[in-house]
Amino acid sequence: MIEVKHLTKRYGTHLAVSDLSFSIERGHVYGFLGPNGAGKSTTMNIITGCLGATEGDVFIDGHNIFEEPTIAKSKIGYLPEIPPLYLDMTPEEHLKFVLAAKKVPRKLWREQMEYAIEKTKLEPVCGRLVRNLSKGYKQRVGFAQALIGNPEVIILDEPTVGLDPAQIIEVRSLIRELGEKHTVILSSHILSEVNAICDSILIISKGKLVANDTPENLTRRLSGTSMLSMQVRADEDAVRALLSENTDAESITYRHGEESGVTGFTLSTVGDLREKLFYLFANAQIPILEMKREQASLEEVFLELTNADETVSMDASVEDAAAKEASEE
Amino acid sequence: MIAVLKRELNSYFKGIIGYLFAAFLLVFAGIYTMAFNLSGQYAYFEYALDSISFIYLIGVPILTMRAVAEEKRQKTDQLLYSLPISVTSVVVGKYFAMLAVLLVPTLVMACYPLVLTLFGNPYLPTAYSSLFAFFMLGATLLSIGLFISSVTESQIASAVICLVTMLILYFMSDLAGFVSADATASLIALGILAVICAVIFYLFTKNWVVSFLIGGLGLGGLLVWFNVDAAAFSGLFPNVMKSLSAFDRFYGFINGVFDLTAIVYFLSVIAVFLFFSVQVLEKRRWSE
Repeated sequence: MIEVKHLTKRYGTHLAVSDLSFSIERGHVYGFLGPNGAGKSTTMNIITGCLGATEGDVFIDGHNIFEEPTIAKSKIGYLPEIPPLYLDMTPEEHLKFVLAAKKVPRKLWREQMEYAIEKTKLEPVCGRLVRNLSKGYKQRVGFAQALIGNPEVIILDEPTVGLDPAQIIEVRSLIRELGEKHTVILSSHILSEVNAICDSILIISKGKLVANDTPENLTRRLSGTSMLSMQVRADEDAVRALLSENTDAESITYRHGEESGVTGFTLSTVGDLREKLFYLFANAQIPILEMKREQASLEEVFLELTNADETVSMDASVEDAAAKEASEE
Repeated sequence: MIAVLKRELNSYFKGIIGYLFAAFLLVFAGIYTMAFNLSGQYAYFEYALDSISFIYLIGVPILTMRAVAEEKRQKTDQLLYSLPISVTSVVVGKYFAMLAVLLVPTLVMACYPLVLTLFGNPYLPTAYSSLFAFFMLGATLLSIGLFISSVTESQIASAVICLVTMLILYFMSDLAGFVSADATASLIALGILAVICAVIFYLFTKNWVVSFLIGGLGLGGLLVWFNVDAAAFSGLFPNVMKSLSAFDRFYGFINGVFDLTAIVYFLSVIAVFLFFSVQVLEKRRWSE
């Protein structure tokens, strides 16, 4: 449906998006995730044709957005970060303008207007000037505007920012509803939101794509090295001896148990060690009081993926500096 | 384009600006018609038009200041860019909306000569050709205003720059009288102009090589020409200034000349500034 190929965008010397490639299938809800300044909005602006790219191509349903902008743009409904609304119009007039600009045939106007207004529950404010609407309603008008023309792809840039909790829930259910008919891409830096709504997540950091997977797969990726937290009734030395002989766990951190004579520890393992540890302690006549596998949350995946670059580059710069110093000496 | 045109007209006439512009123009047209034609008993409506052309100094900035600058401030330009309409049709749509706003008072003014026939025998051909030229002059200035609005970020900046530009255009031929007609002075002034062109080109494209070429070729060409035929330079700069004055073209019509070259001049200036506006907006997409 959407294909992004080697997209690069420079603002002067600042590299906002760097060699980004991904493709998006029809009929899913995609979450575009990244810390602030990761290049989410820039990428969305390029996909929707609002911005030019320094290099690379974007194809919407096979149409290049730079070469056939009219066809490509007619397949997209876009809600930018700040809803682009004419303050001196009423929502109804605004939608009519978008209908006309999208060259929707006149006979479909009423139907599409009603659809957009009904979906976004704009009915009560239709006759008021956009200028006088609350932030939440402005957001909805922006939403309705993106639905006009029944576009195959709906792109939403941080659609829930600045809304109150009730509105956020409404918007989320609306997005899920839209996901049944349209391909939806939404950007966010709120993980729980993306986790709740999206079928698939693209994580972007410093203009680069660092992950493109389902939420389940992303969390599973980290659970490869899952954490196992246990409490057993034995003293620490006995546990240490037992574990060092029988397992090759990468790292074990010990702590005091909840009562005396109980040792708590957390070990990070590759693969599932639960059964093995059960028999190990059973044979040693040590009762297990608690065993808990700590699944990595999407938060951790996100932090790991988006920080990975940073630590690497920091390490590199430290090394560079060290190397420089060495050579100077 | 029609969608943009309609939206703009809606915004002009839903707000105060469209009415303000029309009222402003008509009040002055009325006063001067009364003074010249009714009280003064001149049989020429064009005299009134001649006197009210200064209204464009204020009218054009008022009409054009919001056009593009406001879209940028409200971020609605993002909507226009994401809609399946070309930048050209956005600019042309906006421009036609301005023309429509200008056309309303012009059509009302078109009744004045007919009203005057009730009291005497005004000469209608020059009256109407002057009214046509008055409209064309307005159309030309509006295209310049639209361009200024598209390079500025706020309506206030747009209005101020537009006002200054209109003033310069209005007084251009008077200013030309003060400029030294000496050949060397002309050479220096034109040389500075060439450098300014190169700098503007650089600011827009950030391309050193081409900017240098433009500046260098301009300066070099001027020097070579000056060496070959220094006499041609005497009075050249004031003449260039005069020929840039849109208002001067209009005065030709007032004097009873239906000047086709002036029409061509107006149309070319309009085309050039609309083209520039489109380019500025396109550039914004690619570099911001």
